[in-house]
Amino acid sequence: MSNDAATAIPAVDSIQGARPDAPVHGIGASLPSADAPAKAAGTFPYAADLWAEGLLWAALLRSPHPHARILSVDTSAAAAMPGVRAVVTHTDVPGDPSYGRKVADRPVFARELVRHHGEAIAAVAADHPDTARLAAAAIAVEYEVLEPVTDPEKAFAAEPLHPDGNLIRHIPLRYGDPDAHGEVVVEGLYRIGRQDPAPIGAEAGLAVPRPDGGVDLYTASTDPHTDRDLAAACFGLASDQVKIVVTGVPGATGDREDPGFQIPLGLLALRTGCPVKLAATREESFLGHAHRHPTLLRYRHHADPEGNLVKVEAQILLDAGAYADDSAESLAAAVSFACGPYVVPHAFVEGWAVRTNNPPSGHVRGEGALQVCAAYEAQMDKLALKLGVDPAELRLRNALATGDILPTGQTVTCPAPVAELLRAVRDAPLPALPRDTPEDDWLLPGGPEGAGEPGAVRRGVGYALGMVHMLGAEGTDEVSTATVKVHDGRATVICAAVETGQGFTTLARQIVQETLGIDEVQVAPVDTDQPPSGAAAHGRHTWVSGGAVERAAKMVRTQLLQPLAHKFGMSTELLQITDGKITSYDGVLSTTVMEAMDGKELWATAQCRPHPTEPLDGAGQGDAFVGLAFCAIRAVVDVDVELGSIRVVEMAVAQDVGRVLNPAQLATRIEAGVTMGIGAALTENLRTPRGLVRHPDLTGYPLPTALDAPEVRIVKLVEERDVVAPFGAKPASAVPVVTSPAAVAAAVRAATGRPVNRLPIRPQAAVAASRA
Amino acid sequence: MTLPGTLDEAVAALTAMPAAVPVAGGTDLMAAVNKGLLRPAGLVGLGRINEIRGWQYQDGHALLGAGLTHARMGRPDFAALIPALAAAARAAGPPQIRNAGTLGGNIAGAAPTGDALPVLAALEADLVVAGPGGRREIPVTHLLAGRELLAPGELIGFVRVPLLHAPQVFLKATGRTGPGRATASAAVVLDPARRGVRCAVGAIAPMPLRPLEAEDWISRRIDWDGDRGVAPEALTAFGEYVAAACVPDAPGGEPLPPAVLHLRRTVAALARRALGRALS
Repeated sequence: MSNDAATAIPAVDSIQGARPDAPVHGIGASLPSADAPAKAAGTFPYAADLWAEGLLWAALLRSPHPHARILSVDTSAAAAMPGVRAVVTHTDVPGDPSYGRKVADRPVFARELVRHHGEAIAAVAADHPDTARLAAAAIAVEYEVLEPVTDPEKAFAAEPLHPDGNLIRHIPLRYGDPDAHGEVVVEGLYRIGRQDPAPIGAEAGLAVPRPDGGVDLYTASTDPHTDRDLAAACFGLASDQVKIVVTGVPGATGDREDPGFQIPLGLLALRTGCPVKLAATREESFLGHAHRHPTLLRYRHHADPEGNLVKVEAQILLDAGAYADDSAESLAAAVSFACGPYVVPHAFVEGWAVRTNNPPSGHVRGEGALQVCAAYEAQMDKLALKLGVDPAELRLRNALATGDILPTGQTVTCPAPVAELLRAVRDAPLPALPRDTPEDDWLLPGGPEGAGEPGAVRRGVGYALGMVHMLGAEGTDEVSTATVKVHDGRATVICAAVETGQGFTTLARQIVQETLGIDEVQVAPVDTDQPPSGAAAHGRHTWVSGGAVERAAKMVRTQLLQPLAHKFGMSTELLQITDGKITSYDGVLSTTVMEAMDGKELWATAQCRPHPTEPLDGAGQGDAFVGLAFCAIRAVVDVDVELGSIRVVEMAVAQDVGRVLNPAQLATRIEAGVTMGIGAALTENLRTPRGLVRHPDLTGYPLPTALDAPEVRIVKLVEERDVVAPFGAKPASAVPVVTSPAAVAAAVRAATGRPVNRLPIRPQAAVAASRA
Repeated sequence: MTLPGTLDEAVAALTAMPAAVPVAGGTDLMAAVNKGLLRPAGLVGLGRINEIRGWQYQDGHALLGAGLTHARMGRPDFAALIPALAAAARAAGPPQIRNAGTLGGNIAGAAPTGDALPVLAALEADLVVAGPGGRREIPVTHLLAGRELLAPGELIGFVRVPLLHAPQVFLKATGRTGPGRATASAAVVLDPARRGVRCAVGAIAPMPLRPLEAEDWISRRIDWDGDRGVAPEALTAFGEYVAAACVPDAPGGEPLPPAVLHLRRTVAALARRALGRALS
């Protein structure tokens, strides 16, 4: 079975982005992922597939109300049910009652107050999943239902939902002269919806109690060390008594697994002394994890008559939901990138992140940057229309470049080939227009059996430029540790960087192949007994963990070569390893790695810690980011201007990647990012009228299907190496997500003549201006 | 779980165990079971009843087995008989669903977004219901409207559909290009023998809506003896007539919210396009 799957992997040269002369191993090779065959064949084990002898099943009771006072919780009926082994509520949390990645404001179980729909109240362990679910339903909770605060604009004046108040963070960015004015002014109000990470595999985990009173959690955590520390604090245990063993990650575009799943699971295992398993339903998954921040943006752009930007004024309001999570960081990104990759002499941006009774928002790829990109690019289109300038031309006139200054006062020191990217997508040939007969392979908006009519379809072309920061911002201590071991002609990498699909394990193998000339490289599974590597987010593992692997591999290389170099009286730099052979520059020495190893086992451990950053100050100023990445996208859409149905025909992408490490993998990351962005642009919006999550399933929350995903054409990858990054490479996953929605909106604007100031774009907003 | 081989055995099994639930494709039922919403005491599987998996002809009608899958109805031979039903079947979800989901299940589920339902309403189809007391016929719309209900032990055996030998169109508006639930759908069938146009609008109300006055109005404007032509303005007016009937004005004369206005515009476009295609 697995052999069949292996042969089914397309040949490397058929993958987009791969070059015919590309190497087959090492940096720059399109090395396929080692677990891809098993994932394609369905044999790859995820946390939901785990099993332990005598395991119990967990179920959570969640609040049906967005805002309520808990008057009483009676678990006696549930506890008395046959098969029920434990029922836990807030009174059973032995350690810290609350947790949080940045602020510990989120109760493990709601105590007096429920602050959002789906908040956990209690958890049950029973010998059958149905028993657990029935028992959870049998817990009697008496609520006093309160009026929910669901409008973030009203959160400022509303009763505080939390002792900390409703304002999580306020950044008043001031840059330049407040009295500066441009002759041409455009204004806009923009709303961005609530995208859900919607991982294909719902949350799951297995907690196994240990003889020493600790607990092991087997789960798809993307930030295992932080999660372990949070869980241990709530369990009242030392960090070393809790171990997180990371299982296969079934899709992660945000943080996984939410501690809100892991902590109750661990508590139940500690309480019962039995292994406990939790496999969330799709509904629980939607209720239990963090979403993208719904955002309200108000903009005023000033320009001179030639179209040079003079000043940008903006107000950005992020709906953080009930708990802080990492909203403060999302807000920093939103405010810092509020003007986009453009040179703006004067900028005044006010940003707020506020608490509401909506479901909590948190890290979803490109958070903060995506919302502002949709708004500032809409403003650029508006400005182009008002000035009568081509939208691409207007953008080129204002494009940021290396050496320019961001509105945060930070000088852009990394490569910033913004104009080059935009020219590349602008000059790429447009996709062919459909031929006249509808039987042709023209897929109309609405699909092959849909109602689309060629006569009502208009084509639109739009541009967008996006930027993201890489790694943690504002003084976050970024560090990753990796160990490389070589024995018996094989190398093993041990690093707690979680493979989420971003390709870290493949990259680690390539790095070791490149440095040590050993083809057979394994990457060990991740657990928290290894030193921390940080969360799998913001391109951290390509940069920081990749850097650590490279250093460790280089140290092993030195250990391997030093005796030889000494013997031959030359430095190790003059020796070269290729295809398992060691040769000297002059060809005098030639031996194999196996011989040089002489049965020894070589180990080296190294850390990578990028240069530090600083927090934004009271005026939003500071060198807050380690690095930036840019992307330009040209979207081509077909819109049925009567029905308002939209199909994205093609996305032409040019991206600033620093250096291509794995062409095939890079292409899939860009394709995946664009598709996620199209979801945010067209269909993905978790609706929460009056704070209640509606349609928490994949029918009511439509993700893009294969028919919705457009042709993604990578027209240019600019390889201008970033000197501070290992290999000079920039992480590539987030920036296409950020840029795509703005590009789609621009194209729909061009096709319909409508302003399109809300994402996802509703059908009524895509009806041609003349027909609305 | 029992697996009867005939319709009568299935009725007997259901009568013997009234708490059991009949299951055909299971595309709705099993999803509800997996979600924990339903725990049937027993299942009567209809998958082995060959007599309801095909169709036969009966004095100008087709007697369609309730076990016909959407995939089967979507094939060209079926499309030649009842084109609108075939189009609805092809539009009903991804291939996995169409391979399993059945015509009878679409009717019994009676979801507002059931794609076959507006077609059956426009065709004025009748159901042949098998029960402990024998077989009876009820119009499909009576079941959907709740005017008649299935009694305990009763099963939808067949759907009787007139063969009109004329163009029929089913159109569906969805939120994405890939398979999705209809936001609105329209079925238009021509009945040249009776010089009639019949139209039903789905997905916007709990059951398909028939704009009878609009049907009658447009029927009288079609040149039935010639090339079945109609003036383009009449097509547009028909769409608006249908839309106004199906998405009425607010009772107090207040303006409709934008989303409702868009729904009305969508229904108008679907009805106009469907009739236009049927007459072209």
